[in-house]
Amino acid sequence: MRTILVLIRKEFIQIRRNRIMIPAMIVAPLVQMFVLVFAANMNMRDIDFHIHDQDGSTESKQLIAKYLSSPFYSYGGQVFTEQEGEELLRRDQTDMIMTIPPAFGEQLINREPVAVQFLINGINSAAAVLTASYSQSILLDFNQELITNYLRISGQSAPGRIDVSYLHWYNPELDFKIFMVPGILVILVMLVGWLLMSLNVVREKELGTIEQLNVTPIRKHQFIIGKLIPFWILGMIELGIGLTLGRLVFHVPILGSFGLLIGFTALYLLTVLGFGLLIAALSETQQQVMFVNFFFVLVFILMSGVFTPIESMPDWAHWVNLINPLAYYMRVIRMILLKGSGFMDVWQDFASMALFGIIMITLAVRSYKKRS
Amino acid sequence: MSRESIIEVENLTKRFGRFTANDNLTFEVREGEVFGFLGANGAGKTTALRILCGLSKPTSGTVRIAGLDASHHPDRIKKVIGYMCQRFALYEDLTVFENIQLYGGIYGLTPREIRSRSDELLDKLSITDLRNRLIRSVPLGWRQKLAFSIAVLHRPKIVFLDEPTGGVDPIARRQFWDLIYDAARSGMTVFVTTHYMDEAEYCDRVCILSGGRIEALGRPEDLKTTCQVDTMDEVFIRIARKDQT
Amino acid sequence: MKRVGFKRFMSLVVKEFNHIFRDRRTMLILFGIPIMQILIFGYVVNSDFKNIGISVLDRSNDTHSQRIMSKLMASGYFHFRGNLQSDHEIEETFRSGKVKAVLVFESDFGAQFNSGESPKIQIVTDASDPNLANTIVSYIRGIINAYQLEARNATGMGLLVAPEPRMVFNENLSSAFMFVPGTMALILMLICALLTSISVTREKEVGTLEVILVSPLHPVQIILGKVLPYIFLAFINGLVILLLGRIVFGLPILGSPILLLAELLLYISLALSLGILISTIAKSQQSAMFVSLFALMLPTVLLSGFIFPIENMPVILQWASAILPPRYFIIILKDIMLKGNGLAVVWPETLILAGMTVLLLFIAIKKFTIRLAI
Repeated sequence: MRTILVLIRKEFIQIRRNRIMIPAMIVAPLVQMFVLVFAANMNMRDIDFHIHDQDGSTESKQLIAKYLSSPFYSYGGQVFTEQEGEELLRRDQTDMIMTIPPAFGEQLINREPVAVQFLINGINSAAAVLTASYSQSILLDFNQELITNYLRISGQSAPGRIDVSYLHWYNPELDFKIFMVPGILVILVMLVGWLLMSLNVVREKELGTIEQLNVTPIRKHQFIIGKLIPFWILGMIELGIGLTLGRLVFHVPILGSFGLLIGFTALYLLTVLGFGLLIAALSETQQQVMFVNFFFVLVFILMSGVFTPIESMPDWAHWVNLINPLAYYMRVIRMILLKGSGFMDVWQDFASMALFGIIMITLAVRSYKKRS
Repeated sequence: MSRESIIEVENLTKRFGRFTANDNLTFEVREGEVFGFLGANGAGKTTALRILCGLSKPTSGTVRIAGLDASHHPDRIKKVIGYMCQRFALYEDLTVFENIQLYGGIYGLTPREIRSRSDELLDKLSITDLRNRLIRSVPLGWRQKLAFSIAVLHRPKIVFLDEPTGGVDPIARRQFWDLIYDAARSGMTVFVTTHYMDEAEYCDRVCILSGGRIEALGRPEDLKTTCQVDTMDEVFIRIARKDQT
Repeated sequence: MKRVGFKRFMSLVVKEFNHIFRDRRTMLILFGIPIMQILIFGYVVNSDFKNIGISVLDRSNDTHSQRIMSKLMASGYFHFRGNLQSDHEIEETFRSGKVKAVLVFESDFGAQFNSGESPKIQIVTDASDPNLANTIVSYIRGIINAYQLEARNATGMGLLVAPEPRMVFNENLSSAFMFVPGTMALILMLICALLTSISVTREKEVGTLEVILVSPLHPVQIILGKVLPYIFLAFINGLVILLLGRIVFGLPILGSPILLLAELLLYISLALSLGILISTIAKSQQSAMFVSLFALMLPTVLLSGFIFPIENMPVILQWASAILPPRYFIIILKDIMLKGNGLAVVWPETLILAGMTVLLLFIAIKKFTIRLAI
């Protein structure tokens, strides 16, 4: 026990002396929070659209008016030829060209069906789907008005127009920041646990100090606990900093139990620390550690569901995510913070994380050899 | 030489794949001796020393340190040995005292013991004023002496030194050997590898390795007499040449 | 004399190649990451929308509400997670995290629909993922719209004005069109800047750089010798990514391939100049890595318009984005590959990249020579 305390004290002195470590721990969350949270805004912006009105009748102007009054659209101007419209799309100066055919008004009066064409820039497919969906919705409204009008005149009845409303729970204004902050916390805590830990251990290898420790009577588990505890504490502090920032600056709620969050974070940190140790044990130089880390960290972050929902990923991604600690934590931290989920809601993840942590630490202890 | 042997090595062999680093070494080191392990680079000195310290396992053969079998009691052995390797291994971002505190703590010394031994150590090296300096800012010559003093802080029975004087000027080397003699006088066994033949003259007994095998073993004077030369340097050249032809 | 110089220079190039190929981990970075990334973006982190858990609270339970639900399920976007009986169950299901949206049909939904009134459906979403919530609403709306159309057609009262959407540049709405150009900009930046800066600083740390510096080679030759292998590898990498995009994701190259390759080279030179600049500033491998990662990687991912639209960002970040080379490269790639534009359209971006390259190279060489003089 005393040996472990001696090792932990040494680790903390070194961390305190490291001129990069402390600023990095405070500056990194600040920068990441501000840049990432503000940059990572996937909210739909206004759709910029141009109109190619080949008709110019009262009816076509009515239709255009409906689009102009919609909050989702911003009117870019008129085009007069098809080529002009295509050129605008090509130069990325508009998102959509709406083409109203000649004789649009006339055909409507004669109750003949008529098509309105939407040319949508499809490169950003997600945005294109939404653009198409909004545009159709407005057109449907327009139809409904027309039909109701005709029916009123002829006295017939027809199916009603379904009134679809929506209610967004937990985040009524769809504030993307509240969603992103917990995601960034996951990454921050991982960076401290995994990256700093693995670099630290492999640095001792490079400097040869680890060999000096190996000839002392230190036991394997003492060495590893002596490394784990300081970085575990750092990770917890990092969570605290990030959470405080998120709360004060972005008003991220903490609806669920704080204790549950701490408990889960503790297990998560154990797992990522295990990864860090394992990679350090299998590498000889800092460069190798960085490269291998970089590969895994990138894959794990992208697959964790930080930007896109895990449900939509293919089956094999779900299998990969079984060994992705970030995926568990990403899901659970958002549930606890934003929805107030309790232990009963997350107990499966809790159990998996605990098991995972134990496996990783065991692997790390086993891979760390005192002799070659 | 009635003293008891403290290191006993029998038929020690170490192979890395098809390369044999140590080929059937048998020797013993007696308590309180300064035992020199000589050889050119790649002769297998460091490999053997790492096995004796428990940093590496032999392919075959037995090693007994202070009466304990090295492959069965590596942890008990580690309590009675000290080690200093050719690469400098004190923590550069810790102060002199913090390094002493760390290793003292690891070997289970009480805080009071650590304090008194540290004062004693700094006093002996007359560097009391460097106590709270970072190792990084301590001159290289002093660092080496510090590393040695810290390696023997817990008063081990044996201290293993792996080319401890590499890259040090002759005067500092001389001073370093004074420290080694001091340790030996207090009853500590010193096992030192080197390729400086002048240092070999300081040893009680030397063992010359070449190509992983023991080529000569004995007191420096005896070896010189056998080879009919005046210095260890010449002894070494004789033996190395014999190996090459 | 010139020939001797060239030989020396080539030996430097060969040495660098050997370094790269001997380290398996470098190869992992060089080729493992691009391929993994393309595949992950292609299959995992795309904007595909499917398997989203939904539940229904059907107070009406008539043919119309049931048909709407089965239409939703048939779309493949959703995964049915059961019927709810009352309002307070919504909260429970959301908290367990399996259900992302609940459809609430008001009582006598069907009757109202048949009589031409406006029956209500409410979509309650779990907006803890706001983006997903938004998408769910628009997909459900689209399906309900389609249902209304069908119902109307069945009564002989079809649509008068039919929408005819057409996606230009990406008819199948493949998300690869977004991420392949982005990944390319990212990977090339990574390889060129990170690997060169690390390899130069490593030589600094080990001291081998001094050995080369005292050789009769000119500093410019030394830089070129370090950089040439990376130009080659980065170029190969660019081609691999293009090929993957083409074969796996069907990404076209509508514009001139020659122009595309020229732009590729321009961007690679730019990234390499950055790498050299970083290595003249950074003292250790570790700081080179941190600078490369935090000053290049993160901004490239976040601010270049790769994942997140630049227009949505606060003004300060938009300015920051304006000095990022990848931003312009991504525009160029999309223009040439997907829209078939030529130099007539992409010249401003090309000019910016060229200007940046010259500037960075100038500073890098200047710094490098100053180091020599001291």
